[in-house]
Amino acid sequence: MTPSLDSYIMLSSALFAVGFLGVLVRRNTLVIYMCLELMLVAATLALVAFSRFNGTEDGDVFVFFILTVAAAEVAVGLAIIVALFRARQTVQVDQLDALKH
Amino acid sequence: MEHLAFTCLSVFSLACALGVVLSKNAINGAMCLLLCLAGVAGLFVQLHAYLLAFVLVLVYAGAVVALFLFIIMLLDMQGGRGWRFRGLSAFAGFIAAALLVTGLNVLAVRGHLDAGAPLGHSGSTFRDYSYQLFTTYLLPVQVMGFLLLIAMLGVIVLSRRGAPSEEPK
Repeated sequence: MTPSLDSYIMLSSALFAVGFLGVLVRRNTLVIYMCLELMLVAATLALVAFSRFNGTEDGDVFVFFILTVAAAEVAVGLAIIVALFRARQTVQVDQLDALKH
Repeated sequence: MEHLAFTCLSVFSLACALGVVLSKNAINGAMCLLLCLAGVAGLFVQLHAYLLAFVLVLVYAGAVVALFLFIIMLLDMQGGRGWRFRGLSAFAGFIAAALLVTGLNVLAVRGHLDAGAPLGHSGSTFRDYSYQLFTTYLLPVQVMGFLLLIAMLGVIVLSRRGAPSEEPK
């Protein structure tokens, strides 16, 4: 008796919501970035579950692409964060308000 | 048995995901992210996606979390200010997350997603993936290659000391 597709989808949506909550609540750019990764992993889990329960491999192949894009995105994003820190000496989003006023 | 493993793994990864959100220190957050990814890799194994579990651990846990730890060390953030309620935005965050879960679950239940037992190809081999990648998905693979190249060049340009944008100082 394997767990049903519903339970995987619920887990995936819960993980996504936790990541979303982190993006909205936290103020540290790096932690926001980790929460974004969490959301990507949640979407990945849903893709793998659908792929398994539908008997196709396309979802699994897309997970490869998601992993590649996530790796590239993390590299570029962290480089941007380091450049931002060099310019402003902070990574707290409420102090990075140059465009706000 | 499988239900027990699923429950344990899902509770573990959800708890670690909450740890990422709630931990004061960014280092602790990165470690929680690592554990959460390990839990998700376990779920992948349960879904018979063995190769993907391996790649997830290799790319995410091996490369991405290590990069995060390097950057946290480099920026030296003195613990950070952590999580706390901040009035309206925290309230809106909780409401939005709850709405997201409710909406997706209603979609999952009402949409009759549950198609019964998994139809599965029993554990795709590396060969199956390669066949797909080099026939149906050949163009996306090439595009991904260019994307990685562009990302690498972008990171080199961004992190160069004395970049043109810094010279006026």
